[in-house]
Amino acid sequence: MGAPGNKVALYLKRRARWSPLEIAFWVFAFATIWLFPGKYLILKDTAILALFALSLDLILGYAGIISLGQAAFFGLAGYFAGLVAKHGIITEPVIALVCAGLLAALLGFITSFLVLRGSDLTRLMVTLGVSLMLGELANRYSDITGGADGLQGVEIEPIFGRFRFDLFGHNGYVYCLIVLFVCFVIVRRIVYSPFGLSLRSIKGNTLRAAAIGVPVKWRLVSIYTVSAGVAGIAGALLTQTTAFCSLDVFSLERSADLLLVLIIGGTGYLYGGLIGAVIYKFLQDWIANLTPQYWQFWIGLVLVVIVLIGRERMSGWIGSVRALLARLTTRFFPRSLALRSASPEGH
Amino acid sequence: MLTILYDGIAYGMLLFVLACGLSVTLGLMNFINLAHGAFAMAGGYCTVILVNRLGIPFALGLPIAFLFTALLGGFFERTLYVHVYSRSHLDQVLFTIGLVFMSVAAVDYTMGSSQQFVQIPEALQGQFEVAGIGMGKYRLLIIVICGLLTIALQLTLAKTRFGSRLRAAVDDQRVARGLGINVGAVFGITFAFGSGLAGLGGALGAEILGLDPTFPLKYMIYFLIVVTVGGTSSITGPFFASILLGIADVSGKYYVPKLGAFVIYAVMIVVLIWRPQGLFARGAAR
Amino acid sequence: MPILQTIGLEKRFGGILAAQNVNLAVEPGARHALIGPNGAGKTTVINLLTGVLRPTSGRIELEGRDITGLLPHQRVRLGMARTFQINQLFLDLTPLESIGLVISERLSTGADWWRLVGSKSAVTDEIVEIVERFRLGDVMHERTAILPYGKQRLLEIALAFACRPRVLLLDEPAAGVPEAERHELLATIEALPKDVTVLLIEHDMDLVFSFAQRISVLVNGALFVDGAPDEVARDPRVKAVYLGEELDA
Repeated sequence: MGAPGNKVALYLKRRARWSPLEIAFWVFAFATIWLFPGKYLILKDTAILALFALSLDLILGYAGIISLGQAAFFGLAGYFAGLVAKHGIITEPVIALVCAGLLAALLGFITSFLVLRGSDLTRLMVTLGVSLMLGELANRYSDITGGADGLQGVEIEPIFGRFRFDLFGHNGYVYCLIVLFVCFVIVRRIVYSPFGLSLRSIKGNTLRAAAIGVPVKWRLVSIYTVSAGVAGIAGALLTQTTAFCSLDVFSLERSADLLLVLIIGGTGYLYGGLIGAVIYKFLQDWIANLTPQYWQFWIGLVLVVIVLIGRERMSGWIGSVRALLARLTTRFFPRSLALRSASPEGH
Repeated sequence: MLTILYDGIAYGMLLFVLACGLSVTLGLMNFINLAHGAFAMAGGYCTVILVNRLGIPFALGLPIAFLFTALLGGFFERTLYVHVYSRSHLDQVLFTIGLVFMSVAAVDYTMGSSQQFVQIPEALQGQFEVAGIGMGKYRLLIIVICGLLTIALQLTLAKTRFGSRLRAAVDDQRVARGLGINVGAVFGITFAFGSGLAGLGGALGAEILGLDPTFPLKYMIYFLIVVTVGGTSSITGPFFASILLGIADVSGKYYVPKLGAFVIYAVMIVVLIWRPQGLFARGAAR
Repeated sequence: MPILQTIGLEKRFGGILAAQNVNLAVEPGARHALIGPNGAGKTTVINLLTGVLRPTSGRIELEGRDITGLLPHQRVRLGMARTFQINQLFLDLTPLESIGLVISERLSTGADWWRLVGSKSAVTDEIVEIVERFRLGDVMHERTAILPYGKQRLLEIALAFACRPRVLLLDEPAAGVPEAERHELLATIEALPKDVTVLLIEHDMDLVFSFAQRISVLVNGALFVDGAPDEVARDPRVKAVYLGEELDA
């Protein structure tokens, strides 16, 4: 009985091993600290966007929840981080970061029950509605939040009392990258756990998931809460590294851009948000240099074209690129299993 | 207070005319068209050009805006939308958001980003005093036009052949097709008509809602709220939802101005908690 | 005492009475078949039993315990599992993962988020056992979506079996299975342990009569005849229903 069971166990556990491609990705990511010294600001923005996209991938790619409202958690945590720094309530940035994430997770938990009811459209509306509502609230209480001018006078203390946020953004970027990596590792663990497997089953066939004993609602509430927390951490990072927070953190544009990032990168295999964020930022930089005011037009065009081409075809292309990379890695590292996807179509 | 009620009703009816095309589209083809507001914007700008720049009388400007937008809607439906019908909701959302971004930027480029004002005729400016209520003349026009439209729509749906085909197709597309109803044509006509209505609403509403390139983004959420709360299986649902939301929004903005649209969002969320399929929806949500 | 029982079970959809006054009693360890013409309401009864539908009135009892208000996943925990007439599988998972998922949930380790899939030997050992029982060994690492239909059908039953139910509801297990793959399927059903009570819906009369010790006939949502196979086979009313004669004109 033991031997075949062990084989199965080994097979399953091997799939969760860090593939050489993944290791290369992160080595390169950290190497950028030294490779691109003049570009810290855009790199930092990319890292924050990547974390934000990761939060959406968790619910969209793994649980099948369409949401236009991740901005709610992003913005709530962002303002929290700004306010606690400005008023000296929590001076250590890392503690503020964690608290901001927890606050966002709490909001996620509370709103999860709304999100689980009704159809796709209802979900879309409720998630969007919550984030727009928070935006209105932030506007209303402009004496606290600074309203349309944004939160002014935020000063962030050095991390651990030692690493000051410098003008060039070096420490800020390293901070964001480390936070991104830590969150990624935790999320990755979740995804490869039995909990993660149950999520995939819910996304694949909710009816059957319930029929085999999965408490669907509670799993979805849990992952939505975690996703909200991650989005919140991203928002707090933005405030801490820019010492500023404004109303546009709650905007529709922010949530829509996030969807675009995930569509470009693909959902359901964790790296979609990261890769998508890099490509998106690159696109944005490039297009903004060509036609600064009409960036929105080109983004809209990209969206339309992507949908017309078809996401399946795109993930087909992504899939063939990954398959190619996988073949190359197994050539050089024969005993590994290359970059595995949660859902093989990478959609 | 009654003035607020009056204003709220006018606002609500305007919202209804703007949103009912969206409601039918969603109910008919299960298609989430977030770009609906762009058609409204097109109608608004069309009227601005006609009335302000070409000197065409306002009364003519409105029906021309309707026709123009209906044709525009029909054109886009046949060329672009038809490719996305069978896709997932997420794809539809992305596609139409993309269209919105493109239209907003395009209008910004061609018409500039400032607010546009339609020159409404003298006769419609000012207000009546009736029993102590200040009834704006323009708003009265809105109530009349939208009221007539609603009745016409309801009659079309209930009494005409096209109406019954439309209702059949909304009910069950496959069966309707099996009965020989050309669902594609029904949808094309309905989409064009709904877009035309949106254009008319945009033209009518320029005075009250304002008109600038960000119109589709600003008001899209309102239309979606109407549709979500009102459900998609009738005309009356969105109608009452619009009135409710119109009054709520106007009162909210009057009594608690800084909260702005907060009231509407809160109402929507409360309604959706209570009835996820909308206040007036019939049965299972799609 | 019956292990599964419905008392006065009724389900209305608007004006349509899909199930009326259904009093079904399934004995422990039984091989019980539920048959009836198309549209008789057999799948409705299963959906009511498993909690996918809520009854308009009536009660359902599992091992003497009232389960009428419980959600589907709660009924699974109490020992009732089902298969679906049209395969409801996890198309992107492999049979290995799907079966592992079921076992993991059953052992209440399904919510563990900090350890890797495959790190519990209790689960992996049992996966192997079930995979062998249901002859899925050669396909266990393939994506379910690409499996041949017969294997998918076996997986369908394997998933329900992995819940280690006391009562197993099989909704037309042989439906759509090509002749060549039927034998494997039927043999697997025959080999189910004797302590698992099986309620089978089927159209295939050969399967029904070779398998069932007790048959209930459902017509127009109502239980019509209930008894041993040879009784039911001989009953003229059953013949009339199946040969198309209207009962209530």
